[in-house]
Amino acid sequence: MQVTSPVRPPLVTGGKTISDVTADICKQVEGKPSKMWIISFTLSVICLGYGSYCLWMTWWEGLGLWGLNKTIGWAWDITNFVWWVGIGHAGTLISAVLLLFRQKWRTSINRAAEAMTIFAVLCAASFILAHMGRPWMAYWALPLPNSFGSLWVNFNSPLVWDVFAISTYLTVSLVFWYVGLIPDFATIRERATGIRRVIYGALSFGWVGSAKHWSRYEAISLVLAGLSTPLVLSVHTIVSMDFATSVIPGWHTTIFPPYFVAGAIFSGFAMVLTLMLITRVVFKLQDYVTIEHIESMNKIIVLTGSIVGIAYITEFFIAWYSGAPYESYAFVNRMSGPYWWAYWSMMTCNVISPQLFWIRAVRRNIKITFVLSIVVNIGMWFERFVIIATSLHRDYLPSSWAMFYPTKYDVGDYLFSFGLFFTLFLLFAKYFPVINMAEVKSIIKSSSGKQEHKH
Amino acid sequence: MEKGKNFVLGVFDDEDVLVHGVHDIRKDGVKIKEVFTPFPVHGLDAALGYKPSNLPIAAFLFGMTGTCLGLTMMIGMMGYDWPMDIGGKPYVPLPDFIPITFEATVLFASLGMVGTFLAICGLGPWNNKPFMFDARSTDDKFVMVVDLDKNKMDQSQISNILRSHGASEVNFKSLT
Repeated sequence: MQVTSPVRPPLVTGGKTISDVTADICKQVEGKPSKMWIISFTLSVICLGYGSYCLWMTWWEGLGLWGLNKTIGWAWDITNFVWWVGIGHAGTLISAVLLLFRQKWRTSINRAAEAMTIFAVLCAASFILAHMGRPWMAYWALPLPNSFGSLWVNFNSPLVWDVFAISTYLTVSLVFWYVGLIPDFATIRERATGIRRVIYGALSFGWVGSAKHWSRYEAISLVLAGLSTPLVLSVHTIVSMDFATSVIPGWHTTIFPPYFVAGAIFSGFAMVLTLMLITRVVFKLQDYVTIEHIESMNKIIVLTGSIVGIAYITEFFIAWYSGAPYESYAFVNRMSGPYWWAYWSMMTCNVISPQLFWIRAVRRNIKITFVLSIVVNIGMWFERFVIIATSLHRDYLPSSWAMFYPTKYDVGDYLFSFGLFFTLFLLFAKYFPVINMAEVKSIIKSSSGKQEHKH
Repeated sequence: MEKGKNFVLGVFDDEDVLVHGVHDIRKDGVKIKEVFTPFPVHGLDAALGYKPSNLPIAAFLFGMTGTCLGLTMMIGMMGYDWPMDIGGKPYVPLPDFIPITFEATVLFASLGMVGTFLAICGLGPWNNKPFMFDARSTDDKFVMVVDLDKNKMDQSQISNILRSHGASEVNFKSLT
């Protein structure tokens, strides 16, 4: 039985007991995969297979297969990279920042959001490897002793910072996610038999849930949250510096770090919404991921969407106010040049449509939320395309102006990342507990109010 | 687990009853070996008299190690081993080293702290068949374990104390 507060709506509905939480979440781990799951998994694997072929061809033949030319040296590869890294910001933000702010609604969504983070960062990494052209030499980006001197990497370069930032982010997110999974694996282990018991036993690291261990677990969760919070902010800051420290008009702006971080949170929450709205229906988790959770996430989307909107307008204002002709041209060209449609798609999807979330009825409407969450991610893809391709396609010499046309391999490599992401996410959703059972149990108050006053 | 030992297990249904129970049961002179819970119960460690964990200090020390190693690496490589003239800028531009120093700090602090946590709790993939006093403590029960050999009272006295402070059932377990 739950105690309902007169002030706040309950975070978990349906009058769940602690035991119900175990049963509801373990049910989908223990049962046979549903037909929906098998169909989606097959589609993802087909997508991954075709994508792998395209990626293999890119590696075998070289980057000439992409639509790049001597004017546009970065296009879909880096667009996709920044897009995926941005999506990979919500998970750690939800679990770390919301933990520090004691936002209890995070408990139902943090597990899936963190999983999404890790898979999105892996997808991002695939583009970094691919865009090197010779991915077997990727280790050249690391400061390893070599036969050229040793000639070390240039630590002044944001691209080198990125290597450290992304790999640290992936490692720490993975550790944070796994530490949270350990107690839940122990719950599944105690319910399982045979080979499953051995596997989940190994995954649970022999967790028994003693008060001493929980006390240490709580201590490290808090420190990990404290460490991850500046880490999340640093990662996209450094990604934005890949652009901001260059001298390309349209890239060379100091507004980039906060603007990119807000955009990353914006797209990350949109992707969490897209995934959770499907997951809660497929796995019947409507009592755990409630309309309150969806509304809270929509509020963050309208906030970060507005920050992104202000950043777009500020960029324009500064381009005019600086009086620099190249900077002004870059921005006028974005809005009215040959890529006007990409710019206006970005403006519509990121700045205008999320404003609908000011209306409470829209925030609490699942269908509209689902559509808008996809619209936001389309918009955020266009944002990166606009920043990268339209800043490059008309450089200082009009004779070298060019357009970018994606080839089948550009599309194929993008499909690879979708295949990888959904294959991993579906495997996670089926075989791992999608909701953090231990944390959800801790917010279900099973005592009545009277007990509190006994002592 | 130690063989030939006898334990009294008090099973509680509610976290608040448990925390108050732990407090009162200790006051009644019963030494509690450990309490197993399905989720972190706030105030339980204080009620059991556990000191706050020192793991944050470990994290700080590991983090400082990371800071020093990161900075030493970059200053050593760019300042001494192969100084490079990049646009006439200093060989050791400290502001440029901040991002990687920060990442190294975070990486060392988190990996070091979590590694220490796993080591002191004896957790690892090889430990796949841990001993559980009562498997329900990973589901919805809170299980208090009292070691009979460490207490002066006998089994029935301890059972009565546990029951009077809210245990919904009391079991006896001897390990063979």
